[in-house]
Amino acid sequence: MTAWGSSRLWEEDEFLRTQIIEKLKTISRPKKYPDDTDYTSISLENIPSLATSFKVDSRKIEIIALEEGMVPERYARNMKTFSPEDQASLLKSQVSIVGLGGLGGTVSEILARTGIGTLNLIDGDRFEASNLNRQFLSTYETMGQYKTEAAVKRIKEINASITVRRYDEYLDDKNSDALIRRSDVVVDCLDNITTRFILENASKKAGSPLVSAAVAGLSGQITTIFPEDQGLKLIYGRPDDLKSKGAEASLGCLPSAVSVLAAFETAEVVKIILGRGPLLRNKLLIIDLLDNITEVLDLL
Amino acid sequence: MHVTLKLFATLSRFTPDSGDRYPIAPGTTVKHLLEKLGVPEDDVRLIFINGIKGHLASTLTDGDRLGIFPPVGGG
Repeated sequence: MTAWGSSRLWEEDEFLRTQIIEKLKTISRPKKYPDDTDYTSISLENIPSLATSFKVDSRKIEIIALEEGMVPERYARNMKTFSPEDQASLLKSQVSIVGLGGLGGTVSEILARTGIGTLNLIDGDRFEASNLNRQFLSTYETMGQYKTEAAVKRIKEINASITVRRYDEYLDDKNSDALIRRSDVVVDCLDNITTRFILENASKKAGSPLVSAAVAGLSGQITTIFPEDQGLKLIYGRPDDLKSKGAEASLGCLPSAVSVLAAFETAEVVKIILGRGPLLRNKLLIIDLLDNITEVLDLL
Repeated sequence: MHVTLKLFATLSRFTPDSGDRYPIAPGTTVKHLLEKLGVPEDDVRLIFINGIKGHLASTLTDGDRLGIFPPVGGG
């Protein structure tokens, strides 16, 4: 495309953006937060109708609204902890979730409600009855379904503005580089130690930070690994010396511990994207819900 | 001399009654202590002393908080 062509395209985009902003201003309504401060709200129903009439994604409408200081009502209770600019950044970001069981099902739900714009879901497993104790996407109805299928359906029910990509494959040495392309963050929600090392390797190659959690019984741990960090070997030692399953083989995984660690993972994802708050790099946050323990330990 | 002991997950069954104030002799290492408690070395993945990563050969001192973890991988 010529320089002139690029410029013309940009002008057309700017023209469209101006039109969208004008329309948003006419449909916006003044509202008050619970602390009695004012904001300008865009209702839930108006987003898809605007997207249809301007022939753009509803996510694009939400981003433009936020950049202009207007708040799509679905994000109103995220506000002040997030600024409208923060919320727009989250909507522009992409997160890959590997494993859609206990951790991954909850992580995908929380990230969809938070307003992460693009979610890549990776898991080749299908639901079975033993998942029902802790995996929120497992129900009578979803037994036998791909976990990714149930996750896509749930995310779309929560937030249709989110782009969801579904990969019905188990991560392994052969497909990891293709599946783990560059994301703003990769979230390790796997159920075994061997595949966690494959995922760490692929995330490092892709240049993406990895948030990794694991559970056994009422205990568990979470850490964050940037590409240049030593990572999982600080926790598990050499991968060659390990069995694939840890203490969870005899203790199972309890829904309370799974949910707490999934919540910690999502908080870490948002902190990485917004560049805010101390991260768990070279640290391990451990929990034990039996003895009410939460502690951050130094790995170096 | 005493230490505070916390054994996590599958290792909790090796916790002595006096885990909150467990008596040790001067010069006791983590390895000595685990042997005394009957904890299989192969089941130990992480050792923390006062919140910082330690080793089997680390020598314990009075008032140390010792945390021992098996490998954990579920989700």
